[in-house]
Amino acid sequence: MAKNHITTTINGDEYEFLCDTEQTLLDCLRDELFMTGTKEGCASGDCGACNVMLDGQLVCSCLVLGVEADGKSVETIEGMAHGDKLHPLQQKFLELNGLQCGICTPGILIAAKALLDRNPDPTETEIRYWLAGNLCRCTGYDKVVRSVQAAAEEMRKG
Amino acid sequence: MATDLDDLTYDPNRKLKVVGTNPIKADGVDKVTGRAKFGADTYLPGTLVGKILRSPHAHAIIKSIDISEAEKIPGVKAVVTRDDFPDLKPGPMRDISVICMARDKVFYDGHQVAAVAATSEKAAKAALKVIKVEYVVLPHVIDVMDAIKPDAPILHEDLRTKGLDDAPDKPTNIIQRAEWSMGDVEKGFAEAYLIVEREFDTKPMHQGYIEPQGCMANTTEDGQIELWCCTQAHFVYRSRLAAILEMDISKIRVTVSELGGGFGGKTNFYAEPLAIVLSRKANRPVKMVLTRNEVFRATGPVAGTHSRIKIGVTKDGKFTAAECEAYFQTGPFTGSAFANAPQAIFTRYDLENVRAWGFEVACNRPKVAAFRAPCVPQIVFGVEGVVDEIARKLKMDPIELRLKNAAVEGYKTIYGDTFGPVGFVETLEAAKAHPHYSAPLGPNQGRGIGCGFWFNRGGETTASLNITPDGSVNLMLGNPDVAGSRVSISMMAAEELGISVDKVRPIIGDTSSLGYNHSTVGSRVTFSAGMAIVQSARAAIKVLCQRAAIMWDVPEDHVVFEDGYVRPASTNVGDFEPLSIADIAKKAGTTGGAIAGHAEINAKGAGPGFGVHIVDVEVDKETGGVQVVRYTVVEDAGKAIHPLQVEGQFQGGAVQGLGWALNEEYIYDENGCMENPGFLDYRVPVCSDVPMIDTVIIEVPNPRHPYGLRGVGEVPVVPTLATIANAIGDAIGTRPRSLPMSPPKVLKLIEQVAENGVDEAYVA
Amino acid sequence: MDDLRYEAPGTLEAAVALLAGEKGEARVMAGGTDVLVLLHGDIIEPDLLVDIKNIPELNGITQENGGWRVGAATNCMDIVDHQEFSAAWPGVIDGVKLIGSIQVKGRASIGGNLANASPGADTVPAIMAAGATATVFGPKGQREVPVEDIAIAPGKTSLAKGEIIVSFFFPPRPPHSGGAYLRFTPRTEMDIAVVGVGIDLTLDDGGTCQAARVVLGAVAARALLVDEAAATLIGTAVDDDALANLAAAASAACRPIDDKRGTKEFRVKVAAVLARRTALIALQRAKQS
Repeated sequence: MAKNHITTTINGDEYEFLCDTEQTLLDCLRDELFMTGTKEGCASGDCGACNVMLDGQLVCSCLVLGVEADGKSVETIEGMAHGDKLHPLQQKFLELNGLQCGICTPGILIAAKALLDRNPDPTETEIRYWLAGNLCRCTGYDKVVRSVQAAAEEMRKG
Repeated sequence: MATDLDDLTYDPNRKLKVVGTNPIKADGVDKVTGRAKFGADTYLPGTLVGKILRSPHAHAIIKSIDISEAEKIPGVKAVVTRDDFPDLKPGPMRDISVICMARDKVFYDGHQVAAVAATSEKAAKAALKVIKVEYVVLPHVIDVMDAIKPDAPILHEDLRTKGLDDAPDKPTNIIQRAEWSMGDVEKGFAEAYLIVEREFDTKPMHQGYIEPQGCMANTTEDGQIELWCCTQAHFVYRSRLAAILEMDISKIRVTVSELGGGFGGKTNFYAEPLAIVLSRKANRPVKMVLTRNEVFRATGPVAGTHSRIKIGVTKDGKFTAAECEAYFQTGPFTGSAFANAPQAIFTRYDLENVRAWGFEVACNRPKVAAFRAPCVPQIVFGVEGVVDEIARKLKMDPIELRLKNAAVEGYKTIYGDTFGPVGFVETLEAAKAHPHYSAPLGPNQGRGIGCGFWFNRGGETTASLNITPDGSVNLMLGNPDVAGSRVSISMMAAEELGISVDKVRPIIGDTSSLGYNHSTVGSRVTFSAGMAIVQSARAAIKVLCQRAAIMWDVPEDHVVFEDGYVRPASTNVGDFEPLSIADIAKKAGTTGGAIAGHAEINAKGAGPGFGVHIVDVEVDKETGGVQVVRYTVVEDAGKAIHPLQVEGQFQGGAVQGLGWALNEEYIYDENGCMENPGFLDYRVPVCSDVPMIDTVIIEVPNPRHPYGLRGVGEVPVVPTLATIANAIGDAIGTRPRSLPMSPPKVLKLIEQVAENGVDEAYVA
Repeated sequence: MDDLRYEAPGTLEAAVALLAGEKGEARVMAGGTDVLVLLHGDIIEPDLLVDIKNIPELNGITQENGGWRVGAATNCMDIVDHQEFSAAWPGVIDGVKLIGSIQVKGRASIGGNLANASPGADTVPAIMAAGATATVFGPKGQREVPVEDIAIAPGKTSLAKGEIIVSFFFPPRPPHSGGAYLRFTPRTEMDIAVVGVGIDLTLDDGGTCQAARVVLGAVAARALLVDEAAATLIGTAVDDDALANLAAAASAACRPIDDKRGTKEFRVKVAAVLARRTALIALQRAKQS
């Protein structure tokens, strides 16, 4: 059984790993690289818990094969903070209780960052529709949205 | 003022520094960085992948299972079936064992039949494919009212209904009947000016936690078991695992991971015993993580129901009697907690005459597991609809009607407790005064009010508090944290000790580290573990005082503790500078050893909670589509230890109820197999489906807790279904009586109104 | 058990050779948002996945002879973000925007949406209403196919073994043209359409509809191009009477099933409602263009 040899950049660092063709990028991140911050909630692209950035595009890593990441660049939740400085989104989610159990939080943070990088001043409606692919069962989304709004405001201040 | 360390009742005059603020929770940073370890996040060298073979039939006899081909697949290290599990005698433990591994029959699509541990997922899946199970397919029954019909397919030939005086001696699916009553409902109804009686039905739904169950079992040659898993109930898991595997409890050590949502659904295990037995057989760790498909098909859902609600009222709006008859789906075995319903559904109204009874019914679905306020919201869906109808027919404001009938302190409930101070009136008044209640409605919009009650529980809880050598504090708790209990409990510890909450670090201990703890259920943890930690803190404070007395060489009762310092009780004692906890802790080694406090309690005095919801909906009258456009939750928290956490509970509960009310249901094909076992077609609310959820925290303190708090986890879901239904009724002129209120059903109601006019209650 | 193979050819010829030459089952994979769900749900068991994303002709959005050419594997976010194409074909963008979530749109493509042949696909009624043609390349060379001839039944297309959809051509727009796509779903996002309607119409200078295409999705085994429905609009000012006729024609054309997403009865009713609403949006856009 020959495995595929993949070389990819994750959060700025080069990684190599072996994987079966069927293994998704999510499987590879978790089971081959032990980067467990990215979560599996459904394996069918419906919940967003597995979100990563792939070559600058927000994607569900459960819908990308590990082999497709060869030569590409991936950003995961593990790379969101800068050293010990949390990203404003991470900070606001903590301050405003934008997370309860936390299982959806890595995916939501990745998705929210993708939104704010593209649109620094989104309306509430824009935030809600952008995050429609991120299921949360604990918060009812209210404080998730408020945390994103607060982070956006902080980031706009520079 | 020094705290009276022995007085655990609430003191309204106490000045609080930490409780009532909103510090960042200790587990927060790990969660926003992805560092937090959930059920599927453990890795050990040599781990095997565990996979489960599941029944494709809703109801069948298992004639034979042949695993010989599976064992030959390269990479397969163990295969287990019913033969690897003890054959227990009838009772709750046998039921649990059968849920985890079918014995003679399979009872639902997805029922666990065999399991494999292999070196890769590919090998494990290949092995599952070649396990030969011979089934004799039987007719199945799913809907609760179908299951009680005389000619319904029978799940257990030897089942006879418990709780029925003249139970017929023939096979049935009705497992038991339970009734609660007080007063004289016949008399009450006879006195009524108006009686409203309606029937309602609700479909089953799933808790919908985003994290599928995941575990890792590691067994040793001398019979020890280490289990990591996501659960709300690690002590209960340990006891049950010991029972179904017939081994000593102390040899099982369950460590909880962070929990990615449970809501009651992770109080029962499915994969864990299989992982353990596979690990034993293979002599290697076995990791088992359920797929979303498996979670939906085979883990505990929430009961579908059918109910008849009848309430009588005088001309000026005083309820005279209330009656409920309800049927609850439970799956193949008892254990649905249906008895909650008769005790809770009317409890908030000042009723003397109540009769409520329920039937627990077996059917070919996974065994029901708890959800928030198990078995209650789906019946309150009917109760608050009847109350709404009464208000309309009497031309009374719906909140006024409820205020007129609100139970207050001193009310003796149907389940035997007498209310202490409770906040139902206060929540109603706050809802009435809220701007939402009087805001104008737009076209095609309707507004609904609904309210609910939950007991909130106490129960067996242990905890310990350790003062480290530099005076900072570690807490050892025994209850998985579902949403912020760790931080609230840390705040109480910090308040007791007069230190900053940043100095307090909590962990959830494994089952070997603490005495038994009942599960994280019943909205009990912040209350009970908070109580245990307060007691632990006070015990530690007593020790601190003793040590200070030793350091100063004065009698023990000459010192007092206040605001984080021990000081002389009076100037007569001597001119001593107050000692901080850190000062005393530094010297602990020379004054008697480590300083700690612990508590093993059966927490009592949990105070009931009440909630009132206001919901505005907008109905698309051409399609039946419903949008919730405004939502306000008013709930009594007793005392909000961490207000943002409390708000989060209100909001989360409201939106879970919203999904349940509008779109969530199990859809089965004609073979009894689930057609929507995924988040695509099992429709939980997404971010764009809901508005901001406004919250009002009412505080009528619970006098029996040092911080006055009441549980808040379950009350928020109780009124949701009814309130949204009342809002839709207001918008379309007829009140839905069937859940979910999906567009096709709402459209039918709209067409009915177009043809027949609005319901009598809605005539202006 | 043979391992699943993965190839990512850089040319059309190489891709076709792989697909045509595969003895077992070969699957084309673009964004993977359908194929990987089917694969991991154990619904398909291909021997070979041919990843076509590296083939230049399958990517990009360019103007061509007054119309637009869109690579079949271009991801939906890139399409939505393309301002000029969006301005030219807002009805197509309506459909593209409704596929899945932002994350799914980051990978999904119109080619994949069409080739997956789900009756409820969101871009299909829109591109059919637009009168788009698909350029298909296979062992026998290249051919142009009206997009309505690609999907034939749930999960089945008219493509021969070895054929790939390469790109879509959206024809030049006459003045006063507008299109729209609406769907009914119980939630605001993330659902598969219970009913979908794509309409494109062209008005003359006096505001009378002179051409129309009406397509219904999720109400039959594949999206239906309904000439009778279009006929109710042509020659009218798309007034209330015309819209009522359109609604009736839409309902009459439905051949729906009862399934977990909707009943026959509901689909027939909602098709009428959506047809009217979609036509009004298309009309508005036609007037503004």
